[in-house]
Amino acid sequence: MIHDFGIVWSERALLLSGLANTAILSALSAVAALLLGFGLAPALMSKNPVVSWTARGFVDGMRCVPFLLFAYIVYYGFPTFGVRLDNWTTGLAALTIYNAAYMAEILRGAWVAQPREPIEAGIAFGFSEIRLFRRIILPPLLLSAGPVIGNQMIQIIKDSAFLTIIALPELTHAASSIQSRHYVPFAAFITAVFLYWGLCLLIEAGVSTIGRVADARR
Amino acid sequence: MSGGDIAAIFQGAIMTVSLSVIGILIGMPIGLGLALVRWANIPVAAPMVAVYVSMLRATPLVTLLLLLFFALPNIGVPLDPVSAAILALVMNTSAFNCEVWRSALMNFPKDQYEAAQSVGMRAGQRFRRIVLPQIVLVSLPGLVNEMSLLIKVTPVLAVVGVVDITRAAVRIGAETYEPLPPFLVAIAIYVPIVFALVSLQRWIERRHTTAGAAA
Repeated sequence: MIHDFGIVWSERALLLSGLANTAILSALSAVAALLLGFGLAPALMSKNPVVSWTARGFVDGMRCVPFLLFAYIVYYGFPTFGVRLDNWTTGLAALTIYNAAYMAEILRGAWVAQPREPIEAGIAFGFSEIRLFRRIILPPLLLSAGPVIGNQMIQIIKDSAFLTIIALPELTHAASSIQSRHYVPFAAFITAVFLYWGLCLLIEAGVSTIGRVADARR
Repeated sequence: MSGGDIAAIFQGAIMTVSLSVIGILIGMPIGLGLALVRWANIPVAAPMVAVYVSMLRATPLVTLLLLLFFALPNIGVPLDPVSAAILALVMNTSAFNCEVWRSALMNFPKDQYEAAQSVGMRAGQRFRRIVLPQIVLVSLPGLVNEMSLLIKVTPVLAVVGVVDITRAAVRIGAETYEPLPPFLVAIAIYVPIVFALVSLQRWIERRHTTAGAAA
């Protein structure tokens, strides 16, 4: 058993590059999905029925489709529309589009729950649209949605493991290739599990720090 | 893609749905058991459950499934793909369900529990007659939410060779050289199932809020 972990240790470079890929992929797509979510959330609340129904259809559709099938569709579907991307970019695109729907729904929920008074006061003070959003709406919105966004980031990390099916060299893929080369399944995969756990604990710690900041400002 | 291919995908759907139902039926009571261990603060066991839940909630189902499927036979536990799939689903969903049950238990009004104690109910009776009926109601939306999450991760089971919707779709795609149509059929099966669960969850939540407003 100790010997098995020795083998995994000797392959640490592969495992660490897998961990780096998982972390970078998740971080990039979390940021991109959040930005897209900020674009989509107002569309969900739009008074124009065409806009709001289109956005609602996209968001609810994504929430009903399993991510793995969506990744397959993107992987095989992009080339038929003439878009040729490498596996890494395809994985990033799939993760981002899929999670943008969840982020939009999270932001909409937090947005609706915001008190109206500060916004109206901001309008009364003559804030322009952009300044109103940036200085009055955004800060409390991010603080109150923080924990749920953190949960979604953990979900993104876990979704990224599915991308092993399109041979993206992330953490599970690295563990898989170590296990198939040396036949040390327990050591290889349990190490991957601990690394995933570490990543998630890191995010939880970040979220609780944000929560403390939010409490201090309240 | 022929009619036979579509039938094959639907046959996979039977496998997917049965595995999900088995996973939910076994995982839910285990989750409740784990939540009770933490709630009762049983020494040694409670912290172990906390670690188990935290770790399982952070582990992607693919990684857990590969771990079980390859490592258990290695230590002398023979495991076919279907049992590995059920074990992985149960471990995964029990950890999530544990948190749902636990938050319901933590919010359970203490005075009711004390009232039951004062009329001389035994611990088992208190739990069965007073606590359980109420926490089931409170936990229901969360549990249904976990069910839809569980169904959304089932395509992963194809990775170890379970012949489910996804495996059937992959096979047909490889045979016809047209991967998109079978995956679209697969999605067309998943969407109504998940949508039904999501709608059920919203309906329960709405009923709860109106019931709460009336009370």
